[in-house]
Amino acid sequence: MKINLSGHLSERSSFCYTAGRRLDREQPTAVFIHGAGHDHSVWSLQTRYFASHGWNVVAPDLPGHGRSAGPALASIELMAEWILALVAKLGAERIMLIGHSMGSLIALHAAAAAPGCVARLALAGTAAPMTVAPSLLEAALADRDEAHRMIKQWSHAPATRLGASSVPGICVTALNERLMQRQAPGVLHADMAACNAYAAALDAAARVHCPTLLLCGAQDRMTPPKALAALVSAFTEAPVSRLVLASTGHAMMAESPGAVLDALWHFAHVTNPSAGEAQ
Amino acid sequence: MSIHRNAGADTLALHAGQTPDPVHRSRATAIHFTTGFAFQDCDHAEALFNGERAGHVDAQLSNPTNAVLEERVAALDGGIGAIACASGQAALMLAITTLMGSGGHIVASRSLYGGSHKLLAYTLPRFGIETTFVPPRDAQAWRAAIRPETRLLFAEALGNPGLKVLDIPGVAAIAHKARVPLLVDATLVTPALQCPLDLGADLVMHAATGFLGGHGVAVGGLLVDGGSFDWEASAHRFPTLTEPCEGLDGVDLAEESPIAAFLLRARREGLRDFGACLSPMNAFQILQGVETLGLRMQRHVANARALVGHLVAHPLVESVSWPELDSHPDHALAARLLPKGCGGVFSFNLKGGRAAGRAFIESLQLVSHLSGIGDARSLAIHPASSTHFSMAPETLLAAGITEGTIRLSTGLEDASDLVEDLERGLHAVGKATGTR
Repeated sequence: MKINLSGHLSERSSFCYTAGRRLDREQPTAVFIHGAGHDHSVWSLQTRYFASHGWNVVAPDLPGHGRSAGPALASIELMAEWILALVAKLGAERIMLIGHSMGSLIALHAAAAAPGCVARLALAGTAAPMTVAPSLLEAALADRDEAHRMIKQWSHAPATRLGASSVPGICVTALNERLMQRQAPGVLHADMAACNAYAAALDAAARVHCPTLLLCGAQDRMTPPKALAALVSAFTEAPVSRLVLASTGHAMMAESPGAVLDALWHFAHVTNPSAGEAQ
Repeated sequence: MSIHRNAGADTLALHAGQTPDPVHRSRATAIHFTTGFAFQDCDHAEALFNGERAGHVDAQLSNPTNAVLEERVAALDGGIGAIACASGQAALMLAITTLMGSGGHIVASRSLYGGSHKLLAYTLPRFGIETTFVPPRDAQAWRAAIRPETRLLFAEALGNPGLKVLDIPGVAAIAHKARVPLLVDATLVTPALQCPLDLGADLVMHAATGFLGGHGVAVGGLLVDGGSFDWEASAHRFPTLTEPCEGLDGVDLAEESPIAAFLLRARREGLRDFGACLSPMNAFQILQGVETLGLRMQRHVANARALVGHLVAHPLVESVSWPELDSHPDHALAARLLPKGCGGVFSFNLKGGRAAGRAFIESLQLVSHLSGIGDARSLAIHPASSTHFSMAPETLLAAGITEGTIRLSTGLEDASDLVEDLERGLHAVGKATGTR
């Protein structure tokens, strides 16, 4: 659906994927936030499942991405503000907020800023700080093609780069690269710079009270599992569970779509999420 | 922008798309002879049918063995994915029916494989799809033939029969200016010699029966999507991809996946409804060929060079048509677009017309007389007495064929043995025409 958040950061038309359905106020709502240089379609399998199993799904294209008009927002804080404005506009309450990579920082900041709005928080492929390698940041500005090559290399597990795809007949690494190519020039760099500059993750985590799931790929080179330690410790007020997906890299929704869906679905429905680890 | 490959071409040819079987640890690709796949439970079945979970639903739609072939060829071609079909013709038909229905229009090269030409010229008009044929080298003709209802430009990388080299960047630019995709039949070149998607094409098809399989044992086809064409930007032309699809539970495919909409529709609808799926046995056999594609194509090209070099200087040979020759009108274009070689197929005209052609073909002992291409064994055909037997000489000429034309698909034999066999044929030509 097209939505216009007049007065909220982006005056232009924005797109939200809802699996072709109207939002039903009787149903819970899950908001899926994509990462840098991507759009809503990275969540296509997971959103379809939620949508046909009693949930409203809202998977926006952030300003400047996909079908949403630009420019891209310049900071994680602004993106989180935009997401909360979107949720308010849709009239959704007590949402489950799910973010991947840059989207995870947006989700985290939004959950801290509006604790009454977010009932559950799922952060996939996250790290705090989410430092971007200088070479990648530079390439995103000066040589998009090289930046895409680096991201593709670092975002996928070895088995994904060369082995069988989780989606029959689809090369998920090439799909990822084409999706990045489809975004307007400058968007990737703006996103990367926003991730790199965001310094409030640990403070935000301390202000989160809702059950939180941290989902990471065992072979993630963009946000490796070891980079999670500081963030896990920072959630002092929230029950946190951490799940490491085997043989999976950063692009986990495409690499292990079933495992990601199962993790999110279980997290969405478990009665008393509690701290713990699983693999 | 093209897709960065995850490894070198020879590595991809051996590994892309396959992970050793996690249960039995078999290293080679397993052949999944099954017509269906057991669901874990009703929720799993529903999620698979509704496109909420990835996996195999029905062998008509996908099969693990076929998926290895699809992902491997897509990886070699620089595509986002592929669909294995029962033949090259099935791949072409799948592309067309995914993009258009009655009222659609195609602009196609005049230099096409006979089966493709017949499909476009005679069969599809019965279903309301018209084609305008243009000389592949004539950019203005491509532009002029495009109509508001045009949905596809189509040509062969190396056109039949004169091996006309397609200016892929040039024709792709014409297609994209008109906001329609370019489909290239890359059967004669294979990804080992040229990747049309890297040169600007949007879709690629292969008759895998030829060089991809390479052993003359399995019929099959591949349709590869580059994922580069923006369907939403041409939404009014492609409602099959940009509007809710009634046959797929109202899904708007371009909304769901802006990059993979074409493949989603082709598989979920086209493969399902028209049923041109590939047997997993054929997929396996074609995969055996793909594994050695790079090495084989080098040898095909090397042998073609040796045979062309022998024939071009022979007094009984009128002319040889192969883009690597200076005399070929597309020589410069071939040097730019096909730097690794112009493949293993070439044609030559014998002096002495039809009698010469027959004598040549019938005296060959090593080279097999049949109409296919891309076998490990060398193959030859005399069109005037076989594929084009009913055509009058002037009609043959219009198709770029003389009564003495021979098409040769060079195999992997020792070049010296092939030269000896050609000499045997040429000796017979001399006897038959009295020009020894």
